[in-house]
Amino acid sequence: MSFINLKEKVVQVKIVYYGPGRCGKTTNLEYINRTFRNQIVSEMVSLKTHGDRTLFFDFLPFNMGKIKGYDIKIQLYTVPGQVKYNATRKLVLRGVDGIVFVADAMAKQREKNIRSLNQLHENLLSYKESIFKIPLVMQYNKIDLKEHGIPILPTEVLQKDLNSRLQVPHFEASAVTGYNVAATLKKIIASTIISIQKKLF
Amino acid sequence: MNYGIVSQEQIEKIDSILTDKLIKLGVDCVIVIDMAGNIITAKDNGESKYDVYSFAALAAGNFATVDAMAKLVGEEEFSLLFHKGQESSIHFSKIDEELLLISMFGQEISLGFLRLNVVDVIEQIKRLWNKS
Repeated sequence: MSFINLKEKVVQVKIVYYGPGRCGKTTNLEYINRTFRNQIVSEMVSLKTHGDRTLFFDFLPFNMGKIKGYDIKIQLYTVPGQVKYNATRKLVLRGVDGIVFVADAMAKQREKNIRSLNQLHENLLSYKESIFKIPLVMQYNKIDLKEHGIPILPTEVLQKDLNSRLQVPHFEASAVTGYNVAATLKKIIASTIISIQKKLF
Repeated sequence: MNYGIVSQEQIEKIDSILTDKLIKLGVDCVIVIDMAGNIITAKDNGESKYDVYSFAALAAGNFATVDAMAKLVGEEEFSLLFHKGQESSIHFSKIDEELLLISMFGQEISLGFLRLNVVDVIEQIKRLWNKS
């Protein structure tokens, strides 16, 4: 749940990047951290294993400026993607306001994407949240691998697999090159702020 | 209260409790956060410069982890945590199911004295929080 401090006029918004292991959630945040340095007040926090896999979460606070006199502080989180870390994934989802589901567009990851999305649905239910109601954006990542001859799922297939019922905004992206990383971020921030405004006023 | 929004009056009252009971005692920095990692309020002695937003995210994660460990050993909860360092230490205490009080302090304060005051602060904040 977003947190609104009426005294200091600050709204804190929690956005979580969710998706299967090695799909590029941390890479998204790293790109944002590099590209929007002037809007980021502190260092990105990463809790990693020795193998550079996310162990608990990455955290990146992001200042979005003011809306109606309120300072909007966006808190970006990622979850650990590996199957065995569901307990920690659930912890990170606590109080979430908006979600980016990062899917891995590589053909061999098709089933993992679906499984991860199903688990997101279950995890949200445990907080009495619904995947159909929470602001959500789909990102089909690693689209750049097509040029390297690696089999990539066409967007229509990914849409059918993951977004046929949800019908949320989607982006083809490449977190490594930065293609559509900012577009995804802008979209989820916009959807989340609109949903918070609806709840409040 | 409608959780998620805190009025100016509530924050001011909580701030004055924190200042009177903890900052005046010599605590460097005290933060009240919710379990999602949002900051409700933060007070410091004017000298410490902590990155409170990252701190809140990590502290919420830390507390949630310890909570899960408590369940594994058959405990309902571990309601307080204490990390001791050479120069500074951190004390975490649960206010209720949603809120956490974090105090950062140096060597000049004894843990026992701090804990007595923390208990007092928690009682007062609880009363404030539940009244609205």
